[in-house]
Amino acid sequence: MALHQTELRPLGKCVGRKEDPRFIRGKGRYVDDIMLPGMLYMYLVRSPYAHARIKSIDTSAALQAPGVKLVITGEDLEAMNLAWIPTMANDQQMVLATGKVLYQYQEVAAVIAETREQAVDAAQLIDIEYEPLPVVVDPFKALEPDAPILREDREKKSNHVFHWEAGDREATEELFRNAPVVVKKDVRFQRVHPAPLEPCGCIADYNPSTGKLTWYVTSQAPHAHRTVLAMVSGLPEHQIRVISPDVGGGFGNKVPIYPGYVAAVVASLKLGKPVKWIETRTENITSTGFARDYHMTCEIAAEEDGRVLALRVKTIADHGAFDAAADPSKFPAGLFSIVTGSYDFKEALVEVDGVYTNKAPGGVAYRCSFRVTEAAYLIERVMDVLARRVGVDPAELRKRNFIRKEQFPYKSPTGWTYDSGDYEKTLALALEKIGYEELRKEQAEKRARGEFMGIGISTFTEVVGAGPSHTFDIMGIKMFDSAQIRIHPTGKVIARLGVRHQGQGHETTFAQIIAEELGLSTDDVLIEEGDTDNAPYGLGTYASRSTPTAGGAAALCARRIRDKAKKIAAHLLEVGEEDVVWDGVSFSAKGLPGKSVTMKDVAFAAYTNLPEGMEPGLEATYYYDPPNLTFPHGAYIAVVDIDKGTGAVKVRRFLAVDDCGTVINPMIVDGQVHGGLTEGFAIAFMQDIPFDDEGNCLAPNWMDYLVPTALDTPHWETDRTVTPSPHHPIGAKGVGESPNVGSPAAFVNAVVDALAPLGVEHIDMPIFPWKVWQILREHGVTE
Amino acid sequence: MKIRVRVNGQSYESDVEPRKLLAYYLREDLGLTGTHIGCDTTTCGACTVLLDGKAVKSCTVLAVQANGRDVMTVEGLEQDGQLHPLQTAFWEEHGLQCGYCTPGMLMSGYALLQDNPNPSEEEIRRGISGNICRCTGYVNIVKAIQSAANKLADAAEESGDSAKEVSTSGSSSD
Amino acid sequence: MFPNSFEYIAPKTLMEAIELLKQHGYDAKVVAGGQSLLPMMKLRVAAPSILIDINNIDELKGWRNESGYLRIGALTRHADLEHSEELREQYPLLAETAVWIADPLVRNLGTVCGSLAHADPGSDWGAAMLALHAQVEVAGPEGKRQVPIDDFFVDTFTPALEETEIVTAVLVPTPVGRVGGRYLKIERKAGDFAIAGLAVHVSLASDGTVAEAGFGICACGPIPLRGKRAEEYLLGKKLTPETIEAASRLVPEDAEPADDLRGSAEYKRDVLRVFAKRGLSDIAKELQGEVVLR
Repeated sequence: MALHQTELRPLGKCVGRKEDPRFIRGKGRYVDDIMLPGMLYMYLVRSPYAHARIKSIDTSAALQAPGVKLVITGEDLEAMNLAWIPTMANDQQMVLATGKVLYQYQEVAAVIAETREQAVDAAQLIDIEYEPLPVVVDPFKALEPDAPILREDREKKSNHVFHWEAGDREATEELFRNAPVVVKKDVRFQRVHPAPLEPCGCIADYNPSTGKLTWYVTSQAPHAHRTVLAMVSGLPEHQIRVISPDVGGGFGNKVPIYPGYVAAVVASLKLGKPVKWIETRTENITSTGFARDYHMTCEIAAEEDGRVLALRVKTIADHGAFDAAADPSKFPAGLFSIVTGSYDFKEALVEVDGVYTNKAPGGVAYRCSFRVTEAAYLIERVMDVLARRVGVDPAELRKRNFIRKEQFPYKSPTGWTYDSGDYEKTLALALEKIGYEELRKEQAEKRARGEFMGIGISTFTEVVGAGPSHTFDIMGIKMFDSAQIRIHPTGKVIARLGVRHQGQGHETTFAQIIAEELGLSTDDVLIEEGDTDNAPYGLGTYASRSTPTAGGAAALCARRIRDKAKKIAAHLLEVGEEDVVWDGVSFSAKGLPGKSVTMKDVAFAAYTNLPEGMEPGLEATYYYDPPNLTFPHGAYIAVVDIDKGTGAVKVRRFLAVDDCGTVINPMIVDGQVHGGLTEGFAIAFMQDIPFDDEGNCLAPNWMDYLVPTALDTPHWETDRTVTPSPHHPIGAKGVGESPNVGSPAAFVNAVVDALAPLGVEHIDMPIFPWKVWQILREHGVTE
Repeated sequence: MKIRVRVNGQSYESDVEPRKLLAYYLREDLGLTGTHIGCDTTTCGACTVLLDGKAVKSCTVLAVQANGRDVMTVEGLEQDGQLHPLQTAFWEEHGLQCGYCTPGMLMSGYALLQDNPNPSEEEIRRGISGNICRCTGYVNIVKAIQSAANKLADAAEESGDSAKEVSTSGSSSD
Repeated sequence: MFPNSFEYIAPKTLMEAIELLKQHGYDAKVVAGGQSLLPMMKLRVAAPSILIDINNIDELKGWRNESGYLRIGALTRHADLEHSEELREQYPLLAETAVWIADPLVRNLGTVCGSLAHADPGSDWGAAMLALHAQVEVAGPEGKRQVPIDDFFVDTFTPALEETEIVTAVLVPTPVGRVGGRYLKIERKAGDFAIAGLAVHVSLASDGTVAEAGFGICACGPIPLRGKRAEEYLLGKKLTPETIEAASRLVPEDAEPADDLRGSAEYKRDVLRVFAKRGLSDIAKELQGEVVLR
C-alpha cells in the first residue's frame, strides 16, 4: 500500500499517517519519557475507606525516609487555599482530603522523593488514623431522607446534586395519556472507565528564577488546563506553559484536571524542581474520571403499528463523591437530550437527577459527546422492545419512524436542530450488505432446531462538535476552536491548532485539509498541537469535536491565506485579481492559457516580490465558531450465536455503516470505527466497575476491569454513506465516537433477539455468560 | 548489583537495585523509552521486549535477571536506517493510532513471525493476545502482521537462502 | 509499581538454594518464572526480603522421559509444553492446557511447577495435574520426596511445602493405551483466570474400556479439585453417550464453587457438567472414530 503523502488534492485519500515514523521506531515522546535534570518523583497516599473521618495524619517517619524531599497533606494545601479545586461541572473537589474521605482510593497525601521507589517506600510510612463512617453506594438509597449526607462542604444538605430536564412536559404527558401502546423499560448503563493505555501523569517544572511553570501533562485540552491552573493557582497565565506531548490515548479520561496534577504543581512550586507524577493503572481506574453510571427509565408512547408519538425518560445519574463531569456548563447531563435519536417523536420529556455517592468522582465522556452514548443506547434498546411488543421487525420499525431526508434541518422535540442525514439510505446499505433477509431465514431454521442466534440493529444519531459558543462553554470559556497557518518562502507550511490529538491522526488529516485548500501535498504541511506557548487558543480534543471545530478553522484559515495568495498571484500573472482563477492546485489568468502560478510560487513572492503596499508574509489565524453542531449517524448490525451450555455469546459478524459527512481520510475513519467498536464491544460484554456495600471498588485494575484482547475482539466490517454537513466548511461531521455510541445497543439487541423466543425483552450490560445461562436455565433450556 | 546486559547488540554494564524492573532499567538507565508501561498487573504488554529471543513483559522481569542475557527492544528493529518490514507494514496498514501499544505489538509480532512465518488471522490474534491496544480494534494490526509476513516471504524469495537472515535482521546478536 | 527492596541471590545449585532457604526461612521467596510472584511484589502484596532466583540451576531445566513417567523440571515454561510436539501423542493434555494460560508473553516465562507451588484455586496446571494423577517432586534439606498431587494443595495459596523446600519437578505417569486429553475453560476474557475450568484425561485399553480417567477442576473451590466420582464411574466402562452423560453429571458433585462476580455456584457446576460432556465426547470421537461404540 502506498502512503500518498506527496500527492496533490489529498482530501478523501488514504494518506499514510505523518505521525507514524516516530511511533513505529519507539520514538514517540510521552510524558513519562521526559527526563529533566534534578527531577523528583511524587507518589500519592490514598484512602482505603470509602467514607471516613480523618482523625490524624502523621508524616514524621516519611519525612525521615531516604530521599524524601517533601510531604504534602490537605492541611498544607488549605494554607495555600488549594485544598479544593473547582470541577468543570460547577462543583468543587478535594485535592488532598481534609476532614474526611469520600471514596476509596481518594488522594490523602503526596510524597515527593528522589526516586520513584523511595516515594512509594516513604508513602507506606505515613500513618493515617481514620474513623469509618456509614457508606452510601446505591444512588437511590442516597436520596432517601435518612441517608447520611456526604458533602458537608455544601450548603444544600442533601445528596441530590441537580435536576435537569428538557422537552415539553404537558404535551408529552398528553400524548402518553391517549397512546394506544406504551412500553416501559428500566435500563442501566453501568459505570465504566475510558482507561487509555497510557495512564495520566505530568511533570510540573517551576523555575523560580524566571517565575515560569512548564507543565508537561497528559492533556486533551492543554489551553483550557492552563487557564484553569492560572485561575486556581494565581500564577499568571502567560507564565504557565502547558505542553501536552504525545498522548497515549485519551477517550475522555484526559479532559479533567486531577488532584495528582495539582499536587505535583504545588510540589514543584515549593521545591523549585521538576516533579513527575505518573499514576498507576490501579490509580487510573479507581480515581480518575469514570463514565456513564446512568440508571434510566424509558417509556415510549406509540401507535399500534409502531409509529412513535412521545418519549419519556427519567434518570438517576450517579456522580460519585464530587460532580466532576466534563460537560459544557449549561448541560449538567451533557447532550443526553439527543435521546429521541433518529426518530420523529412528536414530543419528549427527559429528566436527569444527579446524585452523590461514596465512589470516585467523574462523569467524563468515554469516547462520546457528553452522554450521547447513554442516550443512543437507551433509545436504540427500547425501540427494539417496542418492535417486539407491536410485532414489527426491528428494521421495519426503524424505517417507519426515521426522520426523513427531506425533514432536515430537523428540529427535535428537545430543541436540537439536526443538520443533515439520510437514515433510510444508511440502513438500506447495512441490511443489504449483511444479508439481512438471509440471516432472518437462517435464524428461523435455527430456532426450529432449538438454537439461539440473534441479529441486532442500531440506527443511532450522534451529536458532536461543540460549540457553537452561544450555547456551549466550559467554565465560561466559549467552545470555539482555532487554527494558525504560516506558509514559508519555499512553500512549506507550519500549522498550529487549538486541539490536541491522542491518536486520531490530526497531523495527517488536518494536513490533508490544509493541503487541499492550498494546492499542496500533505508532505508540505507540518501540524503542531499541544504547546500553549505556540498554538492558538482552543478548547481541545474530545466529544468528536476536532474535525467539526478545528477542522473547520483549518479550512477557513487556509482560505483566508488563499485570498491573499490570489492577490499576489494577480501581481505575478500581471492581471487583475478578478481575472485570477484557482483550480485547486494553481492560479491562472482567465484567457491566458498556459500561464499559471502555484502556491509555492506565491509563497516565495510573499517574501520576495510583493505588490506595492502589501503586508509581507503569508500567514493567517482563524478562530472558528461553528454555527451548529454536526449530527453523524450510522446503521450497525450485529449477528451473534449463543452457546447454550455456557451462556457465552459469540459475535459472528458486525457491520458498521457510518455516515460522518465528508470523509477526509477513509483509512483513518475506518481505524477510528474499528477502535470505537472494540470499546463498545467491551462495554456490552465485559466492563463494569462494581462496588461492595463498604464502597470497595471491585474492579480496580486490569485483572478485573476487563479490556479485550485481539482474541476476544470480533473482526469488524465497515462501510459508509456520505451526507455532508451543510454548514461545515468541508462538510465533515466527526466520527471518532460514533462506533462507541452506536454499537452497545447493536450487541445487546442481538443477544436479546436471540433469546426473544423465551420472551426476553432486556438484559443489562455487561452481558456476562452467566447472565445468559441464567435466562436459559429459567426457561428450561440446557445442553 | 552489577549487571552486564546486551541490548540491541550493544553491551551495557550497570549497577542497579535488585528491585529495578527491566522495563524501568531500559527506559531510565539506558534511555530506551520506546518500551512503555501501561499497567501494574502484567496485563497490557506495552513493555514487551525480546529476552534471549523470546517475547516477554519487561515489567515482570527484574533487571538483574537480564544479567548476561540478550535483550532486544523496539529501538533494535531498524537496521542501518532501514525500517523492519513489520514497521513499514504497521505504517502502511494503519496498524497504530496513539502509538503507545505499538512497540510492544511490534515485538510480539516479531516473535510471532520468527516462530511462524505464515500465520493465519487466528494465529496472529493469539500471538498478540498478551498485548492490549485501546485504539485500533486490532483489525489493522492483524493486517499489518499479515502484510509483514508477505513482505518477509517476498524478500526471502528474492534473496534465496539468505531468507532467514532477512527475517531476523533486527535481532542484532552477533 | 515497585517492589519493596530485597536482596537478590541466584544460586547455581539446588543445594545452595535450599541452604539459602534454611538460612532465611519465611523472609525468602523462590522465583522461577516470576509471573505470579513479581506482580504480587509490585503491588506489595508479597514482600520477601530475600529473593532466590533458581533460573541458573541447570538440573531444574527441561522435561525428560524417565521410566514410568514424564519428568517436567521446575524451569519448564508453559510455552515449552505448548509447543512440545513430541509430547502430543502421549500427553495431549499438556499442550491443551498450556495454551489456555495467560498469554504468549507470560507463557514464555511462567513455569509449570511455579504455578503449582503458587496453589491458586484457579490454577489450570493444578486441574491438569490432578487429571493426570501427577506427583510433585519436592527437595529440602532432608533430600527429595514425592507428594501426590491430591495432597499437594492444602488450601488457597498454600501448597504442601515446608519453608525450606523447593518444587523441583512434577512427574506425570506414562499412560497406557490410547490417550485423549482436553482442557475446557471459560474465562471473562482471553488470558483471564477461569470462571470454571476442567481438565479431562482418558486412556482406553485395547478392549476399548477406560483404563485411566482423570478429571481436574479449577476455580470451583478453595483449591483445584479432583472429579473423583466421575473417574471411579468411568473406569472399566466404554465411552458411550450414556456413560458420558452419567460421568458428566458426576463431575460437578466434586466441585465446591462459590457465588461471585464471575457467576453463581450453580452456574459453575453446570458449566463443569457441560465441559465434561464435551470433553469426553470429543475424546470418544478422537479415539473411537465418529461411530461411538455401544
